[in-house]
Amino acid sequence: MSTIHTEHQIPGPGSLADIRTKALESLLIEKGLISSDAIDAIVRAYEHDIGPLNGATVVARAWVDPVYKQRLLSDGTSAIAELGFGGREGVDMVVLENTPTVHNVVVCTLCSCYPWPVLGLPPAWYKSYAYRARVVREPRTVLQEFGLELPDMVEIRVWDSNSDMRYMVLPERPAGTEHLSETELRDLVTRDAMIGVARIATPAPAAQR
Amino acid sequence: MAEETDPRIANMAEHIALPRQNGELLFQAPWEARAFGIAVALNEAGAYPWRDFSQGLAAETAAAEQPGEAQTSYYERWLTTLATLAITKGLVTPAELEQRIQEYLHQEAHAEHHAR
Repeated sequence: MSTIHTEHQIPGPGSLADIRTKALESLLIEKGLISSDAIDAIVRAYEHDIGPLNGATVVARAWVDPVYKQRLLSDGTSAIAELGFGGREGVDMVVLENTPTVHNVVVCTLCSCYPWPVLGLPPAWYKSYAYRARVVREPRTVLQEFGLELPDMVEIRVWDSNSDMRYMVLPERPAGTEHLSETELRDLVTRDAMIGVARIATPAPAAQR
Repeated sequence: MAEETDPRIANMAEHIALPRQNGELLFQAPWEARAFGIAVALNEAGAYPWRDFSQGLAAETAAAEQPGEAQTSYYERWLTTLATLAITKGLVTPAELEQRIQEYLHQEAHAEHHAR
């Protein structure tokens, strides 16, 4: 009882910063300049701020420009950098082309390496142990669970990302999209298709809506 | 309003870029996320243009690199920038900020005392 726990009496640099932050926050809220809810919403939004749009832009360009597609498949890192996307992590990007007979799917069996400069943040299932373990052992079953039925003639290739190599799938361009612009095509491309757990469906004709 | 992120904040230049891990913002303590949110919320509320904050952070970062300066973390520099800017923009006075800090320090010491 008589022991003096000095380690909690003098705040370390972390907790002094904590107190300075609280002091500033409470004053600014009292003055009506900001609200606690606004701070929460901002932190949430920025924690999820990179969407798969960069990847979709890359895919749409490859669909309309065969020369770009060749560059993309032979040197993913520099072809993606051409469009202004790239991480600072010094990792190589490899783009895998889906065809009528080959379907690629990406995983990181060790942790959750993910091509975030093009795809944003990984979905929770990508980081789950179940996906990481099972997609390697039984890819066809796992893809079925995602709602993707592949004919037996389609070979499935599973690619394991690591700290210096990140993979992204170039999905097949759906039939019936010949008339679409590059921007319209970009809007069709989904994150799941670029991970390889989905295909891109032919868009419903506008007349049906 | 806060649903949209501002690329000028999300993608600041390399020497002051937000710390990330595999793309995700990296906060090592809850106060770091609060300090981040406060700075952005003040900008969204029109208290200052983001350039004022990023230039302040760049200056703080350059000063921290001078020989003999104590090691500081990214968000410690961020917080110093934020407090300095809040004062120069007249949002808070140095006296009231210092007083509030002392109150919280006192409260914390008091809570510790009673926790025994």
